Amino acid sequence: MCSLFLLPFTAKAELSIQITQGSDNPIPIAVVPFSWQGNGVLSEDISQIVMNDLEQVGEFSPLSRSNMISIPSEEREVFYSDWRILAQDYLLVGKIDRAEGSQLVQVQYEFFDINREIKLAGEVLTGSVSQLRDIAHEISNVVFEQVTGIRGAFTSEILYVVAEYMNPERTNFRLEKADYDGQRAQILLESVEPIMSPSWSPTGRDVAYVSFETELPRIYIQNIATGDRRQITNYPNLNSSPEWSPDGTKLAMVLSKDGSPDIYVQDLTTNQLIRVTDHPLIDTEPSWTADSRSIVFMSERTGQPQIYQIELGASSFNVERLTYDCFQCLNAKFLPDGVNLVHVRRETRQDPNYKIAVLNIETLRVITLTSTSLDESPSIAPNGSMIMYATKFNGRGVLDAVSIDGAVRFRLPSTQGDVREPAWSPFLN
Amino acid sequence: MVPVPKLAVKLQSAIGFLDNDLSLWRTQRVTKKSIQSIKMGLMAISLFALVACSSTSDTEEGAMDGEASSNSSSSNNGSARTNPGSTSGQLTQEEIRAQNALRQTVFYFGFDIAEFNSADRETLSFHARDLAANSSKRIRLEGHGDERGTREYNLALGERRANSVLNYLIVNGASRSQIEVVSYGEEQPAQAGQSDNAYSRNRRVEIVSR
Repeated sequence: MCSLFLLPFTAKAELSIQITQGSDNPIPIAVVPFSWQGNGVLSEDISQIVMNDLEQVGEFSPLSRSNMISIPSEEREVFYSDWRILAQDYLLVGKIDRAEGSQLVQVQYEFFDINREIKLAGEVLTGSVSQLRDIAHEISNVVFEQVTGIRGAFTSEILYVVAEYMNPERTNFRLEKADYDGQRAQILLESVEPIMSPSWSPTGRDVAYVSFETELPRIYIQNIATGDRRQITNYPNLNSSPEWSPDGTKLAMVLSKDGSPDIYVQDLTTNQLIRVTDHPLIDTEPSWTADSRSIVFMSERTGQPQIYQIELGASSFNVERLTYDCFQCLNAKFLPDGVNLVHVRRETRQDPNYKIAVLNIETLRVITLTSTSLDESPSIAPNGSMIMYATKFNGRGVLDAVSIDGAVRFRLPSTQGDVREPAWSPFLN
Repeated sequence: MVPVPKLAVKLQSAIGFLDNDLSLWRTQRVTKKSIQSIKMGLMAISLFALVACSSTSDTEEGAMDGEASSNSSSSNNGSARTNPGSTSGQLTQEEIRAQNALRQTVFYFGFDIAEFNSADRETLSFHARDLAANSSKRIRLEGHGDERGTREYNLALGERRANSVLNYLIVNGASRSQIEVVSYGEEQPAQAGQSDNAYSRNRRVEIVSR
């Protein structure tokens, strides 16, 4: 009937980043190649990973290595004047050593403010060679937070679904997990029936998703590290759109067991199921407010999809409408500020394009972030700085990310299949 | 027996509504299905045929033989039906229409529209009557959408489309317990690509026999 595998293997095709639009006024920063004292060649280039991280999010413009006039690897080799001549605001240097008597490596980095001529940060990180990428992303987090005051999200991860068309009878669906930049992809689940709607638990340890492996859409929870999984719903008709509450105690979902799709909340400890909305037209795409007390959802109760909000425990009539000025507004979720609502937007009936936009629910100002036509499934970085979404490129599904001001965007192209439904993890450390 | 492929070909040309773009494997499947629907049509309309089929070990060939012999028969009156030697009579216009209808298992929908096309009403009535006449028959209604709009919305919309067909089948005599409804949303397109043609082929409900 269907085959289903849990695989610990690395996915065949790694995604690689492509910056498609840079910032207008990026901060100049020099990331000097880290010196390596050990034998052989390291599998990862830490300073290159840091440069890529900083460039992708758009606030930074890393200096080309060929323009550097000195190559310091620690503080005593740094001459601020070298970097001031090159009009750099910040400088990152470092060195990598084999840890004494072990297979581990030690990475020492130091971060400087050129204009104020002070060291802002520095430490020694120890790990195995296979953790060099993690160490590089850690350093990016420090640099990002030092400069912007915002916590970096470079150690976060993404989940997404890949659909690979094999023949008219068969499409292979895979649930994959990767670093935020698409590197180190791993397959969590593979099936010949559709997989949909991955959602992270707030701890980052589990994922909820919809699988059609029984030929019906049902919700499952899987431990990411062990692969242990359990089916948690088996209601008649549609079971879809699982969404973990930020406090981790509940799962919002869409069920049509009582006729039409409505929003329900299942308590994950007692398994008690609460009906949240009750309307004969479609209610779907639940997301939570940060306090885990209200749910934002899409409903076509006024004829076309619009965004609404309801407090848990409130009467199903006590619904607040959040969007008015679009023909269709769908798939909404609040940024961490609780004021800006990221959503999918179709402006008019005549315009069949779906774009990612942000609505400020206080000022009612709308910023449309994308200009392609089939954009969907927006997912917000844990620090609120970027949105990853699914779009089409040359007829294939790809993942794009755009900064919250629309200034910067990058793409994670894949070599195989349609990539879709990105879910950006919470902070994992 | 010889008449089997012959008859299938004959019926296909007589009915003649096969889509031009049906691929080879689908044509083959349709051929097989048409044989089944002949059998079912006969079973449904003729009490005698029903008895004859169920008492034959190879019902398919039995039905075919009956059908082949009925082609030589010039009339389809009551006495022919009660005659054990000649099994069922010639297909009436109504019976041919029923068979045509039962061979149509995919129903297309307008953009953003959840109600089936009114032109499909008659065809779906035949499906409903077929289910009513064959209480052991089980089908699955699989709803689908094109890729425009969000995945969750299309999943819900696919269910509404399937439900619009479901409700019509029930009103026209099918039993709820015979029908399973599932929506695949935009996850299983019939045709890849971003063309209007692909989109219109993807907005559909398929009747799948269980």
